[in-house]
Amino acid sequence: MALHFELVTPARLVRSEDVYMVVVPGTEGEFGVLEGHAPVMSTIRDGAVQIYRTEGAAPESIEVRGGFAEVGANGLTVLAEHVEG
Amino acid sequence: MASLKELKGRINSVKSTQKITKAKQMVAAAKLRKAQAAAEAARPYATRLNAVMASLAGRVIGREGAPKLLAGTGKDQRHMLVVANSDKGLAGAFNSNIVRAALLKAKELRAEGKDVDFYLVGRKGRAPIRRAYPNNIAQMFDTTEVREPGYAEAERIVAELMEMFQAGKFDVAHLFYSTFKSALTQDPTRVQIIPVPAPEVADTSTAAVEYEPDEEEILAELLPRYLKTQVFGALLENQASEQGASMTAMDNATRNAGELIQKLTIQYNRSRQAAITTELIEIIAGAEAL
Repeated sequence: MALHFELVTPARLVRSEDVYMVVVPGTEGEFGVLEGHAPVMSTIRDGAVQIYRTEGAAPESIEVRGGFAEVGANGLTVLAEHVEG
Repeated sequence: MASLKELKGRINSVKSTQKITKAKQMVAAAKLRKAQAAAEAARPYATRLNAVMASLAGRVIGREGAPKLLAGTGKDQRHMLVVANSDKGLAGAFNSNIVRAALLKAKELRAEGKDVDFYLVGRKGRAPIRRAYPNNIAQMFDTTEVREPGYAEAERIVAELMEMFQAGKFDVAHLFYSTFKSALTQDPTRVQIIPVPAPEVADTSTAAVEYEPDEEEILAELLPRYLKTQVFGALLENQASEQGASMTAMDNATRNAGELIQKLTIQYNRSRQAAITTELIEIIAGAEAL
């Protein structure tokens, strides 16, 4: 009952965990991804990826620069060139 | 026959050389572990990007207006050889193997009547390639200031290459580096990076994917990134290979120095004994003469 979320940079795998929801800063607007989201591939603009671990919890923000988000059968994968923090 | 003093001096000098090679060997072993870990850490990104590339490129390829980076310029005349070397020596045949592979390819291309240019990364490839093709060095990328070439360097290399590609300075680019197999074997490798070789079309059954913005735009963003990842991967492989080659070469050197020290010590002891014997004979002969 959770969304599998992976945040990957060229240097390392930053996150790989099950979360409730992730808000991704797409180039054409932010979008939230919950479990069972339809397959989407989007470029992302520089901004914060917000991770909600559980429903209603305060989000955790990770600044990313340059990359992609892909939602597929096995969850959400964000490929970012740079990650801050 | 060398004098005792000379021999002693040689033994000492070989001993200090051995110390250096031994130290370098241990440093290389430690760095190798680090380089391998870095290569390991870079793998998830590369595999995911490859998967995305494959699924996207399969759709766009063959269509009108496919990006130049993917489709090529339509010509095959000017080739750019990107040769990634290290900045430091003491790594056995590591650098010369890469250079040899590049020069071989250059010769082959020349024989086919193509133009060849070089883009050199790292210091060690400069001299031999400049000797062979003094007028064909397009660019030399300097990595001496950074400790370990990383993603930032890969980004800059790709940016420079893209600029040259867009300016129409070359049609095809090949990347030369050394693949790390083990500490004992590193294979000089060549891959074509521009135009981006079409990845094998995985399955086109994932038809329901929504693209935002559209496929072409995503692909246009993705291609440079894909290139960077490739160059970055090559740099990492190169680093691991360099340390591996260095470790093996230094291990050999240390062993050779040990053997040499042994030989010299035997020689030293022999001549010392000979000197003692002569001295004794002289004394005895002197005493007998009295």
